[in-house]
Amino acid sequence: MSDERAPVTIDPSAPAAQPVVDDATGWTASVRRRVEKTLPITELLPTKQPAYIGSWVYVFGVVTIAALFWLVISGVVLAFFGSAWWHVSSVGHFFNSIHFWSVQMFFIFMVLHLWGQFWGAGWRDGRAKTWMVGVVIFSISVGTAFTGYVVQQNFDSQWIAINAKDAINSTGFGGLFNALNFGQMYGLHVMLFPIGVTLLVVLHIIQVRAKGVVRPIDDPFQVTP
Amino acid sequence: MDAPAPYIHWGFILISLPNFVLICVMVLLFVLALVAPFPSHGPKGPRDE
Repeated sequence: MSDERAPVTIDPSAPAAQPVVDDATGWTASVRRRVEKTLPITELLPTKQPAYIGSWVYVFGVVTIAALFWLVISGVVLAFFGSAWWHVSSVGHFFNSIHFWSVQMFFIFMVLHLWGQFWGAGWRDGRAKTWMVGVVIFSISVGTAFTGYVVQQNFDSQWIAINAKDAINSTGFGGLFNALNFGQMYGLHVMLFPIGVTLLVVLHIIQVRAKGVVRPIDDPFQVTP
Repeated sequence: MDAPAPYIHWGFILISLPNFVLICVMVLLFVLALVAPFPSHGPKGPRDE
């Protein structure tokens, strides 16, 4: 085989290529420059990770997200058909069970993820905000689980709601948060809390991708400034 | 299913048996995640960064 391509010639008199200068003004350009700086696409969707990521401890977070995915899917189905369906029909029982077991998996793996980040001090090297958003996600998740327990529409939910009403009244928040107010509990459970959790989980992932996964405490490659 | 769970009572610690079993399983899972080998592919250098 012969190479028939013409040889490359360089004209020394040709003007040099000018570097691209982003001098656009306005808030759109400002946001674009900030996003490009803090979260370039190679960091948002990386194809390689540090070697220390090769541990099952780093799987707990993504399993929590998988559980959240099935929670939302099964929750949408339950909300669409209502309590008379999820308590009576066999398919309703099935989706009710998926919702119940998804929340068990969600909390189990969220707590395992919390243990991993706590003992690994995941807030190091500028990751304090990532840790704090995780704390807020955990807190809202507890509220979401509680409102879920009191809107099951069975004797169990009535028992929980009546006892919780007394407990919340003792804190002084009973006038704002009434566990016996089904409309309030249901609205919080299917709208405000899950939307809050989902948006904060997206923010949490973006934070992790922007900073990268924290180095192990005894990392032999740690560079001290 | 329709009966109260048995409880474990050690001094000031009072916990239902299902909750105790669940916490033990979680601790076991965490320890296993620390020590179990993680499947990897391709050659690895000192740092795949």
